Amino acid sequence: MVIAHLEPLAASLFSLMTIISLLLAFVMLGSRWLDNYLYAFAAESWVIAGLSASVGYYGGYPELYLVAILTGLFRGLLLPYLLWRIIKRLSVSRELHEILRPSSALVAGAVAVVFSLVVAYRIGGELGLSGTVAVLALTVMLSMKLIGFLMLTVRHEAISHILGLLILENGIFLGAQILVPGMPLLIELVILFDLLIVVACFGVLVRYLVSQVGSTSSLQLKRLVG
Amino acid sequence: MSGLLLILLVAAPAIAAASALVSNNARLAEGVNLLAAAVSLACAILLVIAAGAGRGGTWWAGYILLDVTGAWVVLCGAVVYLLASIYAIGYMRLLDEEERLPRFYALFAAFALTILAGPLMNNAGLYWIAIELTTLVSTFLVAFERDAGAMEAAWKYIIVVSAGISVALLGTVILYWGGSLVLGPTYDLTWQELRRAAPEMNPGILTLAFLLVLVGYGTKVGLAPMHTWLPDAHSESPAPVSAMLSGALLNAAMLGIVRFLSIVDAAKVGSLPRGAFIGLGLFSVLVGTLFIVRQRGVKRLMAYSSVEHMGIMALGFGFGGPLGVAGALYHMLNHSLNKSLMFFGAGNAMRAYGTKRIAGIGDVMGRMPSQGGLWLAGAAAITGAPPFGLFLSELTILRAGFHGGYDWIAWAMALLLIVIFIGFLNHFRIMYFEVEQARPAKALARLSTWCIAPMWLALLPLLAFGVWWPQGFSAYFDLVAHSLLGSQP
Repeated sequence: MVIAHLEPLAASLFSLMTIISLLLAFVMLGSRWLDNYLYAFAAESWVIAGLSASVGYYGGYPELYLVAILTGLFRGLLLPYLLWRIIKRLSVSRELHEILRPSSALVAGAVAVVFSLVVAYRIGGELGLSGTVAVLALTVMLSMKLIGFLMLTVRHEAISHILGLLILENGIFLGAQILVPGMPLLIELVILFDLLIVVACFGVLVRYLVSQVGSTSSLQLKRLVG
Repeated sequence: MSGLLLILLVAAPAIAAASALVSNNARLAEGVNLLAAAVSLACAILLVIAAGAGRGGTWWAGYILLDVTGAWVVLCGAVVYLLASIYAIGYMRLLDEEERLPRFYALFAAFALTILAGPLMNNAGLYWIAIELTTLVSTFLVAFERDAGAMEAAWKYIIVVSAGISVALLGTVILYWGGSLVLGPTYDLTWQELRRAAPEMNPGILTLAFLLVLVGYGTKVGLAPMHTWLPDAHSESPAPVSAMLSGALLNAAMLGIVRFLSIVDAAKVGSLPRGAFIGLGLFSVLVGTLFIVRQRGVKRLMAYSSVEHMGIMALGFGFGGPLGVAGALYHMLNHSLNKSLMFFGAGNAMRAYGTKRIAGIGDVMGRMPSQGGLWLAGAAAITGAPPFGLFLSELTILRAGFHGGYDWIAWAMALLLIVIFIGFLNHFRIMYFEVEQARPAKALARLSTWCIAPMWLALLPLLAFGVWWPQGFSAYFDLVAHSLLGSQP
């Protein structure tokens, strides 16, 4: 396993990048402007692409360079562009009705990180990996998962939901780069492609939502109950 | 030979989808889709026979797997695909969407393609992607009617299910990580490799991974409390799509949980994984019961019945042992047949009375004589009354529960089934016998044969399987149980 014996420089580089991605997830959680979500998501994707490349370099997995390039192109450019087109079509540029104010959402996000840290710490301890970058990767992976779910729960705009889903995916992808860099290339490529289809589908659905429901806020979606 | 059948199984719907798009002709699309469904079912039957005779194996560099478990799920999916394709011809013509029909059939065939391909994936990652693709394709089928209700259902469906199965992806990655500590950093993500790694894996990681997968695919299966998308999507989509969602898609997702359960079983990690599966199953039956009793929409009634049936199936696989697995697999086939029948009946009634509300439907026997008896028989069957197939399968699952020492859970399940029997049939009493409640329905057009024939095709085997459990099935279910437990028959 690569991460068990890393040189200090590589370990700190990986740690830095995972921490930056986590911070960018918090940027999304703490903002109410849709543009900010998008920039933070694009930046996060680029950081993850950098992470893939450096794991490939230090771990000796040349195929990860390909993953890094594709991550940068797909997640860093193409997806944000598609999302930007969706946002442009909408009439809203910010969250209007908040269940949680951004400040409270940040606190909830911090609680999620602490919880993830406890879980990751215990698993790392059981495997004799405490103190390695694996624990950090697991923490960030789980906390981005929880932050994604938090965004899905406390935000109403369709675009926030899409980005919440993308954070979920980014978290898994980021964790996978560090924990299982040897994961078959095919799977990673197909998942990248899959994301593209997901966002394309969302684009079409958002257009239908606007034309049929007249709003992209999930607060308007309350006909079907019981 | 089996390789050829596998190609044909997925090529048929693929060709149907392509030709529907290219020709842009509604009549041609219907016909090709029906033909593709028939070919797929024929292939599925032959594949089940081949797998049962030990002629399964892997194809294409080990990415495709034909095993007894997967073949059975494919068979159930293909049965529903054929029934729904017949029914769609009659039903979709009633919708007055002639120019959008080719696109409907293209999506419909593509949906069938993903459902049939998913169970054949030998790779946990590719299986995940197949299940994700089923969501993406079927979202547009759910949204087909384009009114506000359909849009709401489609939006909830894609958000809830995508978020849910991303949890399953997390579980898969964590399982791969656990395996990489045993087998080295790079290995194939196949079911066999994961099983091989499981006994030496850290039990904590294994349990965590299974629980994540259970919640993830459980969302897609519709296990409560992750079922929230299910009633909306099932009630708002066109009836043939509801049948496919309920009868075929849920089974394909259930397979994922079963495969992961079999991996966890290969290691001795205590009772938590199995217990969680059984717990979710029982909770689904409970939630299904509560919502069935107080239901007001006819298709939502069927949807909650699906939640209940998936719960029962989870209990069957959770109780485990040859008896539990046999009961669950038999239940899968019977559920596929019966739920198709019920959704077809509901679709016909909805069109005839112009409402989805149970209160708006009355005197079905008098006004819809061609389907009255059929639908009522299906209602009795779906609540588990003899002499229909679901009675036998539910009884087998109950016996597996008592046999495996899950007495209290089996008692609770039996009690809930009785409540469902009363609650479900009470709705049918209202729809059939409270004549004065019925709104003066529009002059009911005679239902076309396309709308009635698939109901017969579903009911007759259901009746046959209720009085006669074929010997071949028993032998086959034994093979599945052994392959899941990893022992030789």
